[in-house]
Amino acid sequence: MDNNQNDLPHLGLLAEYETPEALLSASEKVRDGGYKRWDTHTPFPVHGIDEAMGIKPTILPWIVLGAGATGTCTALLLQWWSNAVAYPFLISGKPLFSWIPAFPITFELTVLFAGVTTLFAMLGLNRLPQLHHPLFEVKRFARATQDRFFLAIDSADPLFNDSSARALLEGTGASAIEEVPNMGASKTPPMWLLQIAVVLAFASFVPLGVIYSAWENTTDKPAWHFVWDMDFQESYRTGEKVPLFADGMAMRPEIPGTVATGELHQNTEYYAGKTADGSLIGTAPVAVDAALLARGQQRFAIYCTPCHGDSGYGDGIVQRRAQKLISIGGANGWVSPTNITTDAIGGQTDGQIFNSITEGVRTMPAYGSQIPVGDRWAIVLYVRALQRAANATIDDVPAANRGGL
Amino acid sequence: MSSQYDLQILQEIEDPTIRPKLIMGESTTYASLDNDVIGIIEGFTQKTSIVWYLMIGATLSVLTMLGGIVAYLIATGVGIWGNQSPVFWGWPIVNFVFWVGIAHAGTLISAILFLLKQDWRTSINRFAEAMTIFAVCCAGLFPGIHVGRMWVVYWLFPIPNQMEMWPNFRSPLLWDVFAVGTYATISLLFWYMGLIPDLATIRDRATTKLRQGLYAVFSMGWTGSSRHWHRYEKAYLILAGLATPLVLSVHTVVSFDFAVAQLPGWHTTIFPPYFVAGAIFSGFAMVNTLIIPIRSIFKLQHIVTLRHLEVMNKVILATGSMVGYAYAMEFFIAWYSGNPYERFVFENRAFGNYAWAYWTMVSCNVIFPQLFWIKKIRRSVPAMLCVCILVNVGMWFERFVITVSSLSRDFLPGSWNYFKPTVFDYLTFLGSFGLFFTLFLLFVRFLPMIAISEVKGILYKQNHTGH
Ligand code: HEC
Repeated sequence: MDNNQNDLPHLGLLAEYETPEALLSASEKVRDGGYKRWDTHTPFPVHGIDEAMGIKPTILPWIVLGAGATGTCTALLLQWWSNAVAYPFLISGKPLFSWIPAFPITFELTVLFAGVTTLFAMLGLNRLPQLHHPLFEVKRFARATQDRFFLAIDSADPLFNDSSARALLEGTGASAIEEVPNMGASKTPPMWLLQIAVVLAFASFVPLGVIYSAWENTTDKPAWHFVWDMDFQESYRTGEKVPLFADGMAMRPEIPGTVATGELHQNTEYYAGKTADGSLIGTAPVAVDAALLARGQQRFAIYCTPCHGDSGYGDGIVQRRAQKLISIGGANGWVSPTNITTDAIGGQTDGQIFNSITEGVRTMPAYGSQIPVGDRWAIVLYVRALQRAANATIDDVPAANRGGL
Repeated sequence: MSSQYDLQILQEIEDPTIRPKLIMGESTTYASLDNDVIGIIEGFTQKTSIVWYLMIGATLSVLTMLGGIVAYLIATGVGIWGNQSPVFWGWPIVNFVFWVGIAHAGTLISAILFLLKQDWRTSINRFAEAMTIFAVCCAGLFPGIHVGRMWVVYWLFPIPNQMEMWPNFRSPLLWDVFAVGTYATISLLFWYMGLIPDLATIRDRATTKLRQGLYAVFSMGWTGSSRHWHRYEKAYLILAGLATPLVLSVHTVVSFDFAVAQLPGWHTTIFPPYFVAGAIFSGFAMVNTLIIPIRSIFKLQHIVTLRHLEVMNKVILATGSMVGYAYAMEFFIAWYSGNPYERFVFENRAFGNYAWAYWTMVSCNVIFPQLFWIKKIRRSVPAMLCVCILVNVGMWFERFVITVSSLSRDFLPGSWNYFKPTVFDYLTFLGSFGLFFTLFLLFVRFLPMIAISEVKGILYKQNHTGH
């Protein structure tokens, strides 16, 4: 703005048109007249006005692109940093950060950043909000948002000359031409409005400050309980004295002489592989048939092969991985799974192998709680089969099949 | 309920020599559009206002009741609802999904139809966007109060808290917070941006200082400058481009709340597309349900014509059929998977305890919308109003069936239970309608229901492309 703007007789000329077509042809003339500071005002976007006025494409899309990219990075950093670094969330042994579950939030934040920026960048580039505009002083300009089409040339344009600009506009078939009055500085917003705005701006930081100080400081006063029965839910703890029962105990004892459903394991040979006096039994107390052996093979594949390998040689995937780690100096103190087809294990009784599975052996963990008892016996039988297969001689192969070897 | 315009358009549609107009009325001009739409706001001092005050009085009392229930809920706990083991996701989540679904119509109409250059959208987009925002408000209410301890609801957001803990970013429930939050924000901005030129029109027509001042502030000094319009249109296009994948993502993420869980009846990959189709279905039905009375009360039949309603009905028919296909597919997959739990859940849905809900859903969502194949019904205002209301009912039941029937019969027969809502379930749901209609009535009273500047553009196009 010029320094002497307040002295100008008026701020420019405003021409009114009845139709978009009239405005378009007028715009072309003003554009060709070489004016720079001028604009048109219409109630709806007029098709073709950009070319007619020579408006250059806006940089808005690039701003939005930048904002979107910021959103993407923010989301990825936030998820990676908070869940993998600041507060590692270990869920089912999955990696702390991976791309696929990060996708939804990354997408949402990209759109959020880009969308919010679109509106505010559009307003900013348009220098809005600007509640006062000189054109608002012209009464007829109210129709610019209703049903008329306007063209305004600013008197600050270097080419502007009152009579020539007027002559140009008159030649465009304008239905009216008016001067935009110069109201001087009288139209600036009142001082008190500014003061209130400043006070409000400062006041808006108060809640944040209070929260921050609460966060930074510790207190020894008791906490507030907004909702009593949610913070203190009545329940009896183990060992607490309660008025409900005659013995005053919260925990109820087992009723003498009763056994929980399915817990009566009187047959120790079957359930523990031991005789009543505690010595390990010799042969499995189950009827052996092909189905049971097949079951044993299948269960062995699930529970034992990871360590002992498919054939029981002690070369399962866990062992192979451990050997690899050892070769690069890792897996200290590793105990290899036993080759269970050797004579040493082959010489053990069924009861002993059953017991190894049920209770574990030295570094081998116990599987009694995971494998039902029937399946444990099936596995024992299958281990026997493996031992037999590993130490087989030609005599074990039926005569009819020997030709294929 | 049918007006002269409706009768006229019925003839025009049948006559192949006439291309029916989007904006009707021989004497419709830019100025008459302003009068028809803004006149509603300006002329609100006479007869209409009594009705309006009565209505808002009613909705405000319902809203107040909701406030009371929420206060009671906070003080007592979620036990006041029927949520009980194993159905811990009862009505609050059903209502949440119901309202979010409805909220999909607005942005779909304003964004996707904009990109597809469907000019008919301009007559209803403002209205549908407003509905979207109010529905999101109602939707946001439910998870907020469902968490039980509302005073720590900020734990959902990634802000440092006193326990130095961060939310789990791999939980679909957290994705939901981001998706619904982004959707609410972007819808609001999109809506507000569309309003700016129209608010300026109200400002410029204002006869009182108060109205002029208020609308001046909210229209931010819009002058209709072509340099501004240039950036404005670009911004509108970008927002439409952003909102399009967004609207699809929101209900997809909502469906993840269910689909990522292992529960039979929830754990299916069909959920995202099926939920999105259902959302559009319910949203369009809600737009029609609301706009049919509004256009006749406020005499907007020449702007929101019977043709608009018919197009909406076709979309309802299409999405309703997709939803029906998804229902059938769920059964097929349950059978084809050979998974006994999955099969059980679907048998139980159709013939078990909740069969009454299931068949209500199927008739409202699949059977009745098929009536729209018949031209007469598709073009009859009372008939379509009935179908649309039924669709709204049906879509509520759909969410009920998915949520409650699956949970009440989970893996462990020992924990099976029949869900019974309490009176507070009913009242909370009713209260959300109080919130919705209060906002809606305020919108009708203070904001232009039609995107006037866009309709003016269409009117210009219509008069200059040799129709
Ligand atoms: C986690 C790896 C692992 C699994 C799985 C495993 N074992 Fe072992 N097992 C071992 C290791 C290691 C040893 C050697 C223990 C030692 O010497 O400290 C061993 C030893 C044994 C022995 C020899 C016991 C003895 O008396 O020396 C038998 C028999 C045996 N396992 C059987 C089984 C059977 C049957 C299964 C499947 C139910 C099984 N193991 C599953 C790791 C495993």
